Amino acid sequence: MPFGNTHNQLKMNYTAEQEYPDLSKHNNHMAKVLTLEMYANLRDKQTPSGFTLDDVIQTGVDNPGHPFIMTVGCVAGDEETYEVFKDLLDPVIEDRHGGYKPTDKHKTDLNPDNLQGGDDLDPNYVLSSRVRTGRSIRGFCLPPHCSRGERRGIEGLSVEALGALDGDLKGKYYALKDMTEEEQQQLIDDHFLFDKPVSPLLLASGMARDWPDARGIWHNDNKTFLVWVNEEDHLRVISMQKGGNMKEVFTRFCTGLTKIEELFKEKGHEFMWNEHLGYVLTCPSNLGTGLRGGVHVKLPNLSKHEKFGEILKRLRLQKRGTGGVDTAAVGGVFDISNADRLGFSEVELVQMVVDGVKLLVDMEKCLEAGQSIDDLMPEQK
Amino acid sequence: MASSFARILSSKRKVGILSLVGAGSLTVGFFLNREQHVNAGAHVRRIYPPSLVLFPNSAEYPDLRKHNNCMASHLSPAVYAKLCNKTTPNGYTLDEAIQTGVDNPGHPFIKTVGMVAGDEESYEVFADLFNPVIKERHNGYDPCNMKHPTDLDSSKIRGGQFDEKYVLSSRVRTGRSIRGLSLPPACTRAERREVEKVVVDALAGLKGDLAGKYYSLTQMTEQEQQQLIDDHFLFDKPVSPLLTCAGMARDWPDARGIWHNNEKTFLVWINEEDHTRVISMEKGGNMRRVFERFCKGLQEVERLIQEKGWEFMWNERLGYILTCPSNLGTGLRAGVHVTLPRLSKDARFPKILDNLRLQKRGTGGVDTAAVGNTFDISNLDRLGQSEVQLVQTVIDGVNYLIECEKKLERGQDIKIPAPISQFK
Repeated sequence: MPFGNTHNQLKMNYTAEQEYPDLSKHNNHMAKVLTLEMYANLRDKQTPSGFTLDDVIQTGVDNPGHPFIMTVGCVAGDEETYEVFKDLLDPVIEDRHGGYKPTDKHKTDLNPDNLQGGDDLDPNYVLSSRVRTGRSIRGFCLPPHCSRGERRGIEGLSVEALGALDGDLKGKYYALKDMTEEEQQQLIDDHFLFDKPVSPLLLASGMARDWPDARGIWHNDNKTFLVWVNEEDHLRVISMQKGGNMKEVFTRFCTGLTKIEELFKEKGHEFMWNEHLGYVLTCPSNLGTGLRGGVHVKLPNLSKHEKFGEILKRLRLQKRGTGGVDTAAVGGVFDISNADRLGFSEVELVQMVVDGVKLLVDMEKCLEAGQSIDDLMPEQK
Repeated sequence: MASSFARILSSKRKVGILSLVGAGSLTVGFFLNREQHVNAGAHVRRIYPPSLVLFPNSAEYPDLRKHNNCMASHLSPAVYAKLCNKTTPNGYTLDEAIQTGVDNPGHPFIKTVGMVAGDEESYEVFADLFNPVIKERHNGYDPCNMKHPTDLDSSKIRGGQFDEKYVLSSRVRTGRSIRGLSLPPACTRAERREVEKVVVDALAGLKGDLAGKYYSLTQMTEQEQQQLIDDHFLFDKPVSPLLTCAGMARDWPDARGIWHNNEKTFLVWINEEDHTRVISMEKGGNMRRVFERFCKGLQEVERLIQEKGWEFMWNERLGYILTCPSNLGTGLRAGVHVTLPRLSKDARFPKILDNLRLQKRGTGGVDTAAVGNTFDISNLDRLGQSEVQLVQTVIDGVNYLIECEKKLERGQDIKIPAPISQFK
């Protein structure tokens, strides 16, 4: 339980009506789905580690949402949350992940050889390439619910596994609470440092408790492979480099992840994964691959075109500003990445990004030359 | 119904070996072999598959090395070990009580309390930590062997009408909690709604100069909201991490609201930082009348809730029970906005305030700056003296400050008063 008396002992003295949250002004996936009847059916349940329905939905109750942006409004406190509260989470997942059904199976494919092309995106337009995902360590509670001891356990295991990486993956861990001023400045300059979450979406779920205890950043000496420990998930894994060689980025991503997984298994630990939901993470929006593969790309002309939004939609891509989610584009440079997470494999998603960005750059070049892009309009993927 | 309460069964559980090896982590190579008694009302730190067992207390103990708050000063590993597996009857735990202090290390100059109560029983179950924190925060008041006097008989006040050339406004505030319902850090939505109902029903029974109206935060109109802002009555969702980390802003704005009398001199906040905050205030210097209304209003509300079978949380050790240990006892802050252009520049000002057991704040309240020589001056103490005693202290003290200001106006010298005794 993140805070307060969110466990059931006391609540069951009151009726479901008395406890049911007021969601009349809310616009998030949880609020769309959680009827009084569903609340009544689920409220006496809890996962083996004690995570309750009210724990799951607290962030969605506290953050009514925005008319234009549909947030998820619920989080998992452990792997079992997705089972115990499936009556709520299945429809949320279906809504968020484009109709993904409770019976659907998710394919995992981390073989970079299956990616075609991707090594030749025009560096005059594609400034940088990046792939990120998350991983959770089976047997430990997730950031909204973990105790300090668990969080430290996660850190300890992660640091040990990462410490065994070698070759171009060899690197160093910087614990948030121990780093020196110089180390901190370097990490800021490298754009690697993450800070305590300020978004009320995250704070309301309890994942910032005990900050900065057991949080840290690991990166390889080449600064192309980066792992965040105990931020919004147990691990966030990022592979990135300047330029347009997404193939190289993805290869390192897969190699690194596979190696880390092996190292964990040697110590008797595995990642949370199942064949329905793929990799299990804190937020339902990151299930499946948890993968966001993207580029920073210059599209000053195309971004002003009336069909830009439609093109992205058909390519199953989304745009963000260069500061990441909820930021604005600067100087015509956009962050373009896959819109999907679940129901497609890692290779499939990165393939969409590679093929899609190639097309976007071609369109940009056409518009630069004063040509129409009507012939280049893609089909809906 | 899921058998989710299996752990609340009487059983002895033998906890196995824990070994977590991690570079630099506190859990390096730790062996644990102890028996854990699990019984009704006890809360077991989580055990779950595959075979990962309870974390030892040392792995759970917070890192307080960079902390400067009362909780951190008194939460030794031994105290943590003693209390971490206890819960109140409602299920509130030590980790929940201290979370705000763990999350907010504090400031070298300002020592915050760093812990809250989730219910009335917190002060008992976690007394081993609360008592030294209370003693430190309340300047030596020892809950183990002292009693707190409650006195709301405003007729005992002497004087209390300030020179309005200096005193711009007068105000007295306190808080009250409804016995039997959890406090804001821990309450469920239904409990919070029940607090609202109990208090709003009682306030509806107030008559005469106390008759007024309730404005629920979820239902107020735009005009009502603007009026409340103009009157400086509206409170908003807490932004201070000291409060949000304790969980008291959950479900905002559900069951929160503001009640005030028609004359706008008696105001009650519902479900903000406490179940209720009660405020009596007026422009000008008639602190006596402000306190009279304060006492009358509080006693009336108490009578009205008692008619329905409710009462306020109170005991003779700690007085009125509120969420933050700093507000125990009277929970009372009586103060004025007073202009002291010369005295405030005198180097002896802080010492004078100190000896009078007063504190200054800016006119925006706690942690704000003074504007144009106008200060908020109020009592320092909350616990160990009665309401009457504290208000008298403020009256006598502010009169002294005004006398000093007048002397300085006339070119006369002023004296630092002898320190007044703390516990009477």
